[in-house]
Amino acid sequence: MTADLIHFFTTNWLGQGIVIFAQCLAVTVPLLIAVAYMTYVDRKVWAAIQLRRGPNVVGPFGLLQPMADGLKLVLKETIIPSSANSVLFVIAPMITFMTALVAWAVVPFDDGWVIADINVGILYLFAISSLGVYGIIIAGWASNSKYAFLGALRSAAQMVSYEVSIGFVLITVLLCVGSLNLSDVVESQRGWFWRWYFLPLLPMFVIFFVSALAETNRTPFDLPMSEAELVAGFHTEYSAMTFGLFFLGEYANMILLSALGAVLFLGGWLSPIPYAPFTLIPGVVWFALKIAFLLFVFSWTKGTLPRYRYDQLMRLGWKVFLPVSLGWVVLTAAVLQFGGWLPKS
Amino acid sequence: MSDVEIKTLTMNFGPQHPAAHGVLRLVVEMDGEIVERCDPHIGLLHRGTEKLIEYKSYLQAVPYFDRLDYVSPMCQEHAYALAVEKLLGITVPERGQYIRVLFAEITRILNHLLNVTTFAMDTGALTPPLWGFEQRELLMEYYEQVSGSRMHAAYFRPGGVHQDLPDGMLDSMDGWIKQFRPVLKDIEDLLNDNRIFRQRTVDIGVVSREQALDWAFSGPLIRASGIPWDLRKSQPYDVYDRMDFDIPVGKTGDCFARYLVRVEEMYQSVRIMEQCIEALRKVGGPVRVDDRKISPPRRGEMKDSMEALIHHFKLYTEGYKVPAGETYTAVEAPKGEFGVYLVSDGTNKPYRCKIRAPGFPHLQALEMMTKGHQLADMSANIGSLDIVFGEIDR
Repeated sequence: MTADLIHFFTTNWLGQGIVIFAQCLAVTVPLLIAVAYMTYVDRKVWAAIQLRRGPNVVGPFGLLQPMADGLKLVLKETIIPSSANSVLFVIAPMITFMTALVAWAVVPFDDGWVIADINVGILYLFAISSLGVYGIIIAGWASNSKYAFLGALRSAAQMVSYEVSIGFVLITVLLCVGSLNLSDVVESQRGWFWRWYFLPLLPMFVIFFVSALAETNRTPFDLPMSEAELVAGFHTEYSAMTFGLFFLGEYANMILLSALGAVLFLGGWLSPIPYAPFTLIPGVVWFALKIAFLLFVFSWTKGTLPRYRYDQLMRLGWKVFLPVSLGWVVLTAAVLQFGGWLPKS
Repeated sequence: MSDVEIKTLTMNFGPQHPAAHGVLRLVVEMDGEIVERCDPHIGLLHRGTEKLIEYKSYLQAVPYFDRLDYVSPMCQEHAYALAVEKLLGITVPERGQYIRVLFAEITRILNHLLNVTTFAMDTGALTPPLWGFEQRELLMEYYEQVSGSRMHAAYFRPGGVHQDLPDGMLDSMDGWIKQFRPVLKDIEDLLNDNRIFRQRTVDIGVVSREQALDWAFSGPLIRASGIPWDLRKSQPYDVYDRMDFDIPVGKTGDCFARYLVRVEEMYQSVRIMEQCIEALRKVGGPVRVDDRKISPPRRGEMKDSMEALIHHFKLYTEGYKVPAGETYTAVEAPKGEFGVYLVSDGTNKPYRCKIRAPGFPHLQALEMMTKGHQLADMSANIGSLDIVFGEIDR
């Protein structure tokens, strides 16, 4: 009987399909819950910075607030402006939301805990996060509104510019690892926490984090949705669940980039001290803690900093980050080549 | 082939816009992100205040002044009260003058706290407003304690103030001052040396000395452009001539200078408050003129004095008659020179009451300041102008 079941799930196409579906659910459902509670934690952190309480009415400590918000968004009427291109208008939030979820396929949560352990994991992530721009630019164009249009233009320009420096950051890391597979990236950082790449590649870690802020349109780079100028940027015309999808997508993207940061620079699922009892704690817990730390910094920045102007943001991206990261790639390559530390494959 | 004409993008900014500070509507013409023209359309909050005042007795006109610039109500009552007093030819008792100056400075802090922090919000910083609003809340409690209302106080009246301070208020204010300085320092720490905030404000919306004069600037705006002009110093009213305070003057005339001037003015206002509190501990006596033809009798007096009862009845039905004449009286309101041009024809109602609101000329200069800047700078400029539509539309 058991052997039959194993046979069914490993060889039969239907069985394999069920397994993949279950795996996807096992990643997406906790992820969506994490997204919901990320909004809650975000608000609590800002509240603490701003000397307020934050959500504390719905449920104990306001814990049901994300559920209430979600329910509200689902129940509201989706308004499609009469002058909008209705098909693209509805597709755009779906693209944003889907690309934010699909990227998780290659993220390793623990040793072997990954849906698709492909050898081009980093490239895949890079490709998917580039696709996210389409959702925004389509939304801005399809809304047929000037605010949304300007917001979308800003957003597209911004994401494209910062993707370049993120690309160089990734190249540096994979030069050190010698593999594009994310599990290999984590494995190569095994050991004490000072062996994690954040210390040897500190400038790149900083650039990565700042670019991640820009990539997810968060303060101080939240120009596309800067309410002081463009009301709500590219999603000005959106309401109800179409807006909800953008919102969820944004937070899912934040968690994704934090996870990427944890994998690339903070040793993924590895424990900071490679001895018991620390190694007995499941890797997924370490991974979650590292993501949580990076997410906290996301909220912290939002509570503290004002916003860049459009041209200042572009200047930072193209005139500071690009040369620095490019220089660092060359430096790293040279050090690896002439120091004899090239990874052996 | 004819030349291709590139049309500018015309955008409607407001009146329902998060950065419009009220009901400002701008028609903006943009070349990409660069603002080519921004045309303020005003009048959406017009209530005909000046005309309404012509149909009210002198006392009944006071609350209208609260509702002009609803962020700094008492300073405007101050201008009106001084104007009526000038026509009546009366002087407010010393204690009343100190109370007025004390509350005028509280009002200045209220206004600047709102403006400085929402200006930060216009550049994207979300935390300063929350910190500032907590302090505003505490100050509005003082408003409430003396007048019963947190905003529309109607506390300064021709002849003095409505009533004396409640017991213990001066000590409580001492406590407030003690905790306020560190809070203001915290807000400064968050913004002054912040690179992003500086990039957003330094050299944005520069107004030269000449331009400031040409566009009839006053208040913090003209001082930020380097002209030390303050009515509290140049033509002191009430007891301002006894106060020791400095006038902060900016050098550059940009958004950052305007921000710095306002922050420094708050520190100076705190200094004035301290001096007033000190003086009020010593100076006793009445808080409004002891003339039953102008200021109402005490409640207790009315219980056993027929004359007092008649005075009360006459004052609250007919009001008092003001000798014929005219006056332009101005005070240094937090936003600039707030003036009242009052014409009396000898009856119990003003013949004409023209209000000079500082925000009106300031808003006119918006296009001059913003032309050639980016859209984001327009928000910063609007924030630094300190516009409130109650006084512009009147």
